[in-house]
This record gives sequence, structure tokens and C-alpha cells, in this order.
Amino acid sequence: MIVSVASGKGGTGKTTVAVSLALSIENSQIIDCDVEEPNVSLFLNPEIEEKIEVKTLIPEVDKNKCNYCGFCSQICAYNALSVIKLDSHGDVLLFPHLCHGCGGCILLCPENGMKTGYRTVGEITRGYKENIEFIEGRINISEVLAPKVIEEAKKLIKPDKIAIIDAPPGTSCPAVAAIKGSNFCLLVTEPTPFGLHDLELAYEVTKAVKVPVAVIINKSENDKIIEDFCEKNNIPVLMKIPFQRKIAELYSKGVPLVSAIPEYKEKFQSLINFIKGIEK
Amino acid sequence: MKQILVISGKGGTGKTFFSGCLAVLLQKKVIVDCDVDAANLHLILHPEVEQSFEFIGGKIAFIDKEKCTNCGACKEVCKFEAITEDFQVDELSCEGCTICHYVCPVTAIILKDRISGSYFISKTEYGKMVHARLGIAQENSGKLVTKLREIAKEIAELESADFIIIDGPPGVGCPVMAAMTGVDLAVAITEPSVAGIHDLKRIIELTKHFNIQLKVIINKYDLNSQMSSKLAEELENSGIEVIGMIPFSEEILESVKACMPYLKFSKDKLAKDIEKLASKII
Repeated sequence: MIVSVASGKGGTGKTTVAVSLALSIENSQIIDCDVEEPNVSLFLNPEIEEKIEVKTLIPEVDKNKCNYCGFCSQICAYNALSVIKLDSHGDVLLFPHLCHGCGGCILLCPENGMKTGYRTVGEITRGYKENIEFIEGRINISEVLAPKVIEEAKKLIKPDKIAIIDAPPGTSCPAVAAIKGSNFCLLVTEPTPFGLHDLELAYEVTKAVKVPVAVIINKSENDKIIEDFCEKNNIPVLMKIPFQRKIAELYSKGVPLVSAIPEYKEKFQSLINFIKGIEK
Repeated sequence: MKQILVISGKGGTGKTFFSGCLAVLLQKKVIVDCDVDAANLHLILHPEVEQSFEFIGGKIAFIDKEKCTNCGACKEVCKFEAITEDFQVDELSCEGCTICHYVCPVTAIILKDRISGSYFISKTEYGKMVHARLGIAQENSGKLVTKLREIAKEIAELESADFIIIDGPPGVGCPVMAAMTGVDLAVAITEPSVAGIHDLKRIIELTKHFNIQLKVIINKYDLNSQMSSKLAEELENSGIEVIGMIPFSEEILESVKACMPYLKFSKDKLAKDIEKLASKII
């Protein structure tokens, strides 16, 4: 079973919930899919077993075959190729950061003058914290193919485990790549106009990828605006985590919620049981 | 004219709060919300939309069922697994590379413009604002950010504005880079937490990569005062100016709930302190 933890707005407590869930249940796997800013390891301190490079396909020009006709540049939807033709020779310029790795130029070159090459854009780290399997995707600075890194991290999901995905904020391609294929999505929000606005957007994403949802209200106090939205859309509110200075201070040091306040463990266990119930 | 970007790496550290403060404080400016997939600045600045535009993010493939022979050529070449078993285009997976269009032997694949969102030129009581709404689950947020910044720059030149204030997206990915290219100054809002500091370090790397001047504000500093002082010292030692610290404040939270920029919501001592701190970035 795959449960993703998402939010729309950043800083609402996705990682807090994801880590606490993984620590509260048996047989869990946690996959940090916030590849631009992965934070799970800071709270879990796992022992690292393996690092795997994430590579993306790029074209390599075969100078012996290329006649600088410019076709590759014409068909590239991402403007990643530029061809300069002079009288007797020329040059093909690749802008690797713009390339999405579709392979079209390699496939369609009339002279068969492009080869498949690879470029590293990120890294997957795999390890353990006691019985919890830890997987992290991390995109290299100045790279843009976050969905690629997320998909590679998700390939390590084991179907016999309960996989918890810590999703990135936002509603665009990285968030979609993280949430897609989950059995359930927990949306973590806070009772402010920002929290509500971004919850509405995140809920739209889960509808687009057809994943059932429930809400967790973090920094809970007067939650009416969130509760009204949830009631109107028939979304269950499964947990409230009140704002306490103590929780914020422990979070600051990297202490997981369930380690700081063990009573939450039971709450997260019943949360998972609730989701399992829906799944059946 | 000076372009000032507010960023953080980690979400929820106070970017929009601080951008709102700058919007009140700075004179002659254009405001841009570059967090195009979860924009919030409009919630406190209440823009009145004057012009709105459709954003074409790229192409999307469409299979004409009348012509399609189910040969599978498109499915075979698609690196994004966007062609379903029954030969439909999964819009969430299609990245608009258009290769299927070229390989289809019966020209059954048509390319359409993908309307990925809308963008707006608005007026607020603080000046002109450029903002957007990326459609749900859409791509190319970087391209949209670039578009917003182009428009903001045009308006700023037309109005002889002194500043463009850019409220940035979280993370370090494509929209952040689009928001960062060519700015005069990036102000990172961080918080004293292991996650906040980890994410700030990646933002520092990114600003170095683009050769952008960076200044830092430590928000909610008193949630871990020791960590805040240590961070400030480390940053100063590595040549990054810490322009100030802001305490955790229920009042700031109240201003967000009231949907107002803090400097409009309150004239208390904290507001004065923030004013003083913000004046250091000009």
C-alpha cells in the first residue's frame, strides 16, 4: 500500500507526518520525494547502504555522420538543440538543462547521426533506520528534471510494505509525479487562509490523479475554515496536531513528533488502520 | 531599477509575509508572485485584475481515433509512458515532446497548444501586481515565471519604477531558477530548524551557481535562539550578510488570518523593527 503525504503549501508539516507515520507502524518504507529539498533524513538519521545515480538520456552527436541539416533542432520541442551550418562544416549545440530526454532527435535524425548518451541529474539514497527502509531522491543543484528523480525513487517501492511518500509542495509536475499511483493521500494543512487556499489546490491535484484523500490539520486551533471546506467536499479530517511551542522547538532540532510525544504513535497507528479499512 | 527576489528553499518560512511587508514599505515598485503553482500573495494584497491572459505551456498530443490503427508506434517511442493501453494520451504524463506525432505512420496524432494556466496584470493599493495561476497538474512553471517577470519588467520600465519585488516559489527547481535569473538581490527567509538550514544551504549553492548576491533573514528565530545565533555566525563567516532576525509572533499569524500585510495590519514595535530590517536591503 502506498500512502503519500502532500500539502500544496510548504511548511505545513508534511515531513513531520510522513516520518511519524513511518515510525509508528510495522513494515514501513519511507520515500522522500521532495527531491529539491529532501528533509526526511534529518529526522530519521538512517544508516546509508547505497547511493544510486539518477541519469537522464541526452543525445550525443556523431560528427562523422552529422551533416548539420538542422532537423533535430527543428523538432526539439524544448529548444535544447541548436545547429550551426557553415560551408563545409558546422556544429550542434546541446543545452542539456533544457533537454527532457525524449530521445526524439536520436530516433528521427535522417543521417542516424545521434547516439544515446547519459547525464547525471540527481541521486537516490537507500538505507535503514531499524526496520524502516529509507529512500531519498535528491536532485542536483541547477537541474530541473525533478519528476525523473521522483520516478526513479518510486521504483524502489516494495509492494509488500506500507510505503509512505513525502511529497514536494506545489501542484505542478513534481507534486503530481510524487502523488500519482498512491492508494491514499494525506493532505497536511494549517488553519490559515494560505493553508486553505493551497489545500484546495492540492485537493484538485489528488482528484486529477484519482487518489482518495483525508486531511490532517497541523498547528490546529480555530480550524473552522478548514473544517468547512472538508465538510463541503466530504473529506475526513483524521487528525489535529495543535500548535505547541514545545513541538516547534523539538522539530527545530530534528526530533520526530512521535519520539517527542509518544502518545501520537497510537494516533498514527489508527490513522493507518483507517486507511487500510478504506482500502478494503 | 532593482529586482529583489524573496526565497527560502523550505516552504512556510515566511516568504509571502515578507514580500507583503516589502510591498507596503517600498515606493514605486511592481510586485510579482512567482510561486505560480501555490500562489498566496494575492490573498493579502487583494489585486484587482485589469488584464488576464491564457498561458500556453507547450504542446500536447491528441490521437484522432478515426485515423488511428492501434499500431503502437507512438507508445513504443514515448519515453514518458503517456500513451495508454487503448491508445489515448494521458495528459498528466505527456510532456509535449511531439515525437509520437512524427512517428505515427497514418498522421493520426495532432499537436495542440496546451493551455496550462492564466496570468494577470492587476492593480493593488500598493502598486501594480503581476501574478498567475498554473493549471492543476500542469508543467512548465519555469516558463510561466519567466513570462511574469518579462511583463513585470515592461511595466516597471513604463512606470519608471525603482523596484520589482518577486515573491519566489519554494524549492530549488525550475521555477526557482526562472525566478532567480538576473535579479539584483535574493533575500532568503529561513528559520532555525535542521530542515530550514539544510534547505537554505541548497539555496546558497544555487545563488552561487547563478552568481546572485544573497542576504538572509532568520524568521521565528526564538524557536531556537541558540541555533539562530550559530547560523548567523556561520553565515557571516562565509560572507553572507544576515540582515536581521524576526521572532515567532502570534501577531504575524493574526495578520495572515486577517489577509493583510503585516506592516498594514500593525504599527507595533515589531512592525517598526521589520521596517528597519527591510530598509537594510535597499
